[in-house]
Amino acid sequence: MTVLAPARDIALSVEQVGVQFGGLVALSGLNFVVGEGEIVSLIGPNGAGKTTAFNIMTGFLDPTKGTVKYRGTGLNGLKPHQVADLGLIRTFQRTSVFPRDTVFDNVLIGLHRQGRVPLLDALLGLPRARSSERAQRERAAELIRWVGLEARANDLAGSLSYGEQRLVGVALALAAQPSMLLLDEPVSGMNASETHSFVELIRSIRDRGVTILLVEHDMPMVMSVSDRIVVLNYGRIIAEGPPDAIRNDPAVIEAYLGQGAQRA
Amino acid sequence: MKRVVGLICVLAFASVPLWLRDPYLLNALITTGIFIIGAMSLNLLLGFTGQLSLGHVAFFGIGAYVSSLTALGFDVGLFGDVHVVHTPWPPIVGFVLAIIVAGCCGYLVGRLSFRVRGAYFVIVTISFAEVVRLVALNWVELTQGPLALNNIPSIAIGLPGMGDLVLRTKLQNYYLVLVVAVIAYVLIARLVHSHYGRAMRGLMENETLAVAVGIDVTRTLTLAAVISAGIAGAAGSLYAHYIRIIDPDIFAFINTVTMVIMVVSGGKGSLAGPVVGGVIFGLLPVVLRPIMPPEAQWISYGCVLILILFVLPRGIVPSLAERLMQVRARIARPVVASSIAKERA
Repeated sequence: MTVLAPARDIALSVEQVGVQFGGLVALSGLNFVVGEGEIVSLIGPNGAGKTTAFNIMTGFLDPTKGTVKYRGTGLNGLKPHQVADLGLIRTFQRTSVFPRDTVFDNVLIGLHRQGRVPLLDALLGLPRARSSERAQRERAAELIRWVGLEARANDLAGSLSYGEQRLVGVALALAAQPSMLLLDEPVSGMNASETHSFVELIRSIRDRGVTILLVEHDMPMVMSVSDRIVVLNYGRIIAEGPPDAIRNDPAVIEAYLGQGAQRA
Repeated sequence: MKRVVGLICVLAFASVPLWLRDPYLLNALITTGIFIIGAMSLNLLLGFTGQLSLGHVAFFGIGAYVSSLTALGFDVGLFGDVHVVHTPWPPIVGFVLAIIVAGCCGYLVGRLSFRVRGAYFVIVTISFAEVVRLVALNWVELTQGPLALNNIPSIAIGLPGMGDLVLRTKLQNYYLVLVVAVIAYVLIARLVHSHYGRAMRGLMENETLAVAVGIDVTRTLTLAAVISAGIAGAAGSLYAHYIRIIDPDIFAFINTVTMVIMVVSGGKGSLAGPVVGGVIFGLLPVVLRPIMPPEAQWISYGCVLILILFVLPRGIVPSLAERLMQVRARIARPVVASSIAKERA
């Protein structure tokens, strides 16, 4: 399979990545790139290796073979928080929030990377620490407005609906100042109108210069939002291209609907 | 609002010696205060990072021994003829060294045990306390072992133009403990309300998510351990210079348990929790002593503890705060989300 080079600078490149859990091959020969400012979706049936690929791209798992590079830096051997320091931030399918904190505090925790002040400043309450604290609170309020949760700002994150928790997860991730955002099934559990506004949110995030990689099951959503789609099955890429090409790709149709679908 | 309440509490504590003249009760208040400082430091680990240190008394005891030995001096033989001789330094230097050495021990224990957490951390801390106790018991040349270090000088504070003020009386020590407790409280409060504290809370609640937004686990937890151990060391130093005699029994497990009871009953993860729990369980034996025989005292002590945890399972302060919030919410619902609304305006 040839890699379709995007017409812009490469942000993330996955090179010949293979992962084995004992005898199980979770991923093999995974090879794709994401350009700066692109929205790319990674799709595939359950068990295709999407989440494994995500874990590798964010330092939660080291590949058995191959490398992942972000803006030229190899990620092999880096810990998740070091990957986050490169600006590569992910969200999670489940447990996307800090449940016993308010939405506002959730976002404040997410602002960790921006709010760093020397320990002594924080302990002594020096002006630098105070102004940083004020700036963080303003930023948190701004982010909460951006994802549209201002009415729930002071509620415990654990008490929110599924869809709202996803939004908190995104606000948290945005707080970490990503240059690339990896969203793991962000709209699962959302209703149609929530999904619709989430697509708008993704676009607005991209418009601010953030590259986006999406893992998602909701096909209409993926088709409408993506610039390019990478399709995985059994740990391999079976198709890659713009939404229109993917929609009509026989290998993709087969993977999703089974062989019977082609005859029908 | 919180500041006003805090200030009133501090003034209330400061006024106690003005109307309480009984030296026995004042003594109980001083030792309780010292243990409250220890409990506050334990709460930083247990309440804000979720790590239970069951050997917390090790840091307390190390602080006590370091401070005493600095003030008393020692002459220890190492490897045959090599002798390490230390001439006495002022106790206040011992106090500072106690914080530093205990903090370093906190760093070591933290680095060693935070790779694998939970039960493993509990075991490492218990073992650490036991090892330190055995060293204190057996290194007789340095610590006098079971014979105890005695005649430990009181802490003296140099006042400009007035020479040294030696804090020998109970009254002076009461205020010394109060000042150190307030400083420790403010430092812990600033820490947990800074991004360091939020990182700790994030790790406690959802570690996977916390690291994904860039929080460094080892660094954050080690920092908590260092500061916690340092404050415990300060408490130990105060204890040594107040009691003026210490022996290896200072490392007894019951001292850790006392601190854990103060934290858990008052409410872990709440700043005021260890203070409230500490006042109750520090003074309960004093209150019970005149009214019942010794064997009944400890049974009552246990019953009070069980009762508190049964009625207020999350500890006194968080449970009461929650009830207060519910009452307030019923009175004024629209106040919610006001912080955002204000910024909008």
